[in-house]
Amino acid sequence: MSTQEYKDRQFLAVIGDEDSVTGLLLAGIGHVTAAPDSQKNFLVVDNKTDNAAIEAAFERFTNERKDIGIILINQHIADRIRHVVDSYVKAFPTVLEIPSKDHPYDPEKDSVLRRVRRLFGE
Amino acid sequence: MSSAADREAVFPTRQSLGLMKAKLKGAETGHSLLKRKSEALTKRFREITRRIDEAKRKMGRVMQIASLSLAEVTYAVGGNIGYQIQESAKSARFRIRAKQENVSGVLLPAFEAYQTEGNNDFAMTGLGKGGQQVQRCRETYARAVEALVELASLQTAFVILDEVIKVVNRRVNAIEHVIIPRTENTIKYINSELDELDREEFYRLKKVANKKQRDTAASDAEMKQKREDKAALALLDQENQAPEEEDVGGGDILAGEDDEDVIF
Repeated sequence: MSTQEYKDRQFLAVIGDEDSVTGLLLAGIGHVTAAPDSQKNFLVVDNKTDNAAIEAAFERFTNERKDIGIILINQHIADRIRHVVDSYVKAFPTVLEIPSKDHPYDPEKDSVLRRVRRLFGE
Repeated sequence: MSSAADREAVFPTRQSLGLMKAKLKGAETGHSLLKRKSEALTKRFREITRRIDEAKRKMGRVMQIASLSLAEVTYAVGGNIGYQIQESAKSARFRIRAKQENVSGVLLPAFEAYQTEGNNDFAMTGLGKGGQQVQRCRETYARAVEALVELASLQTAFVILDEVIKVVNRRVNAIEHVIIPRTENTIKYINSELDELDREEFYRLKKVANKKQRDTAASDAEMKQKREDKAALALLDQENQAPEEEDVGGGDILAGEDDEDVIF
């Protein structure tokens, strides 16, 4: 892994429900790239958003964009595309499952925590 | 697995024996070094997993507080500000920087959060009312994001260490269970072959010595036989010549000398 590969990664990305995204944007992580093909680094998901769109966004943040270091995704949304999240094993960018207001955090579902538990044989 | 298959294809010579011994020594050194590396990494790994567990729980609490402060904002502003915020987000104020940490030769990246100065996309948010709540909410969320960034670096380290430990353990096992036994087998093979060669050589030398001895003995016996025959012949000649001695004196002496020359 070259140094260059993650030196450029300076943004966070969010896939979440409206409240989570709003809060995180308020913290100042929102970024929209320059005009010609302006891309947002956040995606608001509600009940009407279909899974294909979430998958596409996840795919875009993980593979296509080279400037994203951390991807925050609400756990209940990660559940909707669980197979994609679970099969994602790369170190960069890091995928982090975060709790949302309406859905309490469940450590059992987290793909990384499950690996932790498996390693310790719990 | 037969012993013939489980060794390296070398000619059983002293040179390759030396090579194999050097290789075995190298493999043992490498094994102990890798084992130590694996132990150091595993120790670090356990520490990280424990911290991840803690950080995940902490994240749950922090996010809850943050959500609460967002609810406060919604209440104070008196409407949903989500759309407005999504539209006014332009440039990230909160960014991350990757730096590296070296753990027994493994580079673990760690994220560090920093805030760029001067750009504020949300200057107008909460201008009408609820500005204070908005400000507080931003601070709360900034703290939450910091916690998240820390968790993310732990998680990255976890993923990378997991991978590296697997590779190192695989190497340790390969050396322990494949390379060392195979090298030992090869050394054993070369030694046995060399011993075999030694025995062959010894036997051959013994055979040669035996044959030489036999040949010498045979030729000695032959010589002895010849000598005895000649001696007997000479004696017979002398006896035959004895009566003639009186007739020719000078010729006798010459003949006698001749005879002695023939014998010896």
